[in-house]
Amino acid sequence: MSIIIPVAVVSGLGLFFGIGLAYASKVFAVKVDERIEKVREFLPGANCGACGFSGCDGLAEAIVNEGVSPGKCPVNSKEGINAIAELMGIDEGEVSQMVARVICQGTWTKADMKYEYQGVQDCHAANQLGGGMSQCYYGCIGLGSCQRACPFDAIELKNGLARIIPEKCKGCGMCVAECPKGIIRLVPVLTGFTVLCANQDKGGVARKNCKVACIGCMKCQKVCPAGAITVENNLARIDHEKCENCGKCAEVCPQSTIHDAMHERFPMD
Amino acid sequence: MKELFVILIGAMFIENFVLSKFLGICPFLGVSKKSSTALGMSGAVVFVNTLASAATWAVNEFLLKPNDLEYLQTIAFILVIAALVQFVEIVLKKLVPPLYKALGIYLPLITTNCAVLGSALLNVERNYTFLQAVFFGFSAGLGFTMALILFSAIRERLETCDIPETFKGMPITLIAASLVSIAFVGFAGLVIQ
Repeated sequence: MSIIIPVAVVSGLGLFFGIGLAYASKVFAVKVDERIEKVREFLPGANCGACGFSGCDGLAEAIVNEGVSPGKCPVNSKEGINAIAELMGIDEGEVSQMVARVICQGTWTKADMKYEYQGVQDCHAANQLGGGMSQCYYGCIGLGSCQRACPFDAIELKNGLARIIPEKCKGCGMCVAECPKGIIRLVPVLTGFTVLCANQDKGGVARKNCKVACIGCMKCQKVCPAGAITVENNLARIDHEKCENCGKCAEVCPQSTIHDAMHERFPMD
Repeated sequence: MKELFVILIGAMFIENFVLSKFLGICPFLGVSKKSSTALGMSGAVVFVNTLASAATWAVNEFLLKPNDLEYLQTIAFILVIAALVQFVEIVLKKLVPPLYKALGIYLPLITTNCAVLGSALLNVERNYTFLQAVFFGFSAGLGFTMALILFSAIRERLETCDIPETFKGMPITLIAASLVSIAFVGFAGLVIQ
C-alpha cells in the first residue's frame, strides 16, 4: 500500500503543473498576428540570416510588426516577394534583384607580390600581415574567405582572385560581410560598366603595383557623355543612375580597368 | 553575510559547476563558440538556476519531507524545473518581452539541464536554508557564466590559430576544456573560514 503515496504525490504534482501551465497559457496568452505565419511561408526558409534578422521567422515578424520591406530577403524569388507584399497590402515597388561583384582584377600575374605567404589559408589572417601579400593594399587577397562564406557555392578562385558566378549568386551579401578588404559589393543585376578596382593610391604607385589598377587619369571622366564618372581619391567611380552604358569609358581606359561587368563575365581571362 | 560569501566563492571557484563538478557540459561545449551566444546562455542559466533553487527547496521542504518521500527528489525536481521554466517562459513572453527576447532560445534549452538539477539536489544534500539555497543557485549560475565566457574567449582565439588538421574542431576544444578544468583544480585547496 505504501506505493500509493509516492505515486499520488508525483502524479499529483504532474497534474497540478499541467493544469497550472494550461491555465497560465490562457491567462498570459500573447496574441500572435496570424499574418506572421503566412509571410513566413513565402520566405525561403534557409535561415541564412542575410536579411540581418535572426532567421526567416525573425524577418517574418519584422515584416508584419515593424513594417520592414518584403524585399528585405535578398534570396527570395520575385513571386515570393510579390506574394508577401500582397498579403501585407503594400506595393512592393521596385524590388530589384541584387548580385555580388568583386571590385578587383588583380590576379597573381597582374598584381605583384610583397612576400610569400605560408600562414593560415584565410584572408583575415593574411590581412593582418601588412594587409595581405599583394603589393596592392586594396586588392583581393585571394585566399577564399568569401568562397567559404558563400552558402550557394557561387564564388570561384582563380589565380589568387575571387570571382562571383552571377548565375549562382543570390545576392545574400554573406561574402560582402566576410571580405576583410571590403571589395565585394552588392549591385543591381542590371549594372553594366563598372570600375573593377578599389585602389586609392596615386597613379604612379598604383600602376607599379598592379597592371590593371585605376590610376585616376581622368580620361573616362572627360569622355563620358552622361557625366556619370567622377574621379575621387585617385579612383574613378561610375554613377549607375546616370550611366547610359555607352562603353566609351572602357575604350579610353589605358589600364583596362573598366569593363561591362554584366556582359563580359570574366574580362580578365 | 559571511556564510553567503563562502557559498558564493565556493560555487564560483572551488566547486565550479562546469570545471570542477562537470555539470552542464553540453551547453558549455555547445554554445561557447561565440561570446555573444555564451552570454545569452549564461543569463538564462543564472535566471533559471536561481528560480529553480527556490522552487525545488519549497517542494522538498513542504511536500517531500513531511511525507518521507526524499527518495523521490530527482524525479520530482525534474518535473518542478520543467514546469517552472515553461511557466516562466509564458509569463515573460506576456509581461517582460525584452527579457524574453534576450534569453530567447536558451531559456527552453536549459529546462532539463543537469546543472540546474544538480544545484537543486546539492541544496537538499547540504540542508541549506531557503536564502542559502537561492543564493547557492545564483552563485552556481555565476560560476557557469564565468566558465562559459572564459571558454568562449579561448575558442574565439582558437579560430584563428594554426591547428593541426587532426585536432581541428571538437578535439582541440576538448583539450582546451581539460586545460581550463585543470587550472581550476588550483582552487580546490582554497579554504575559507
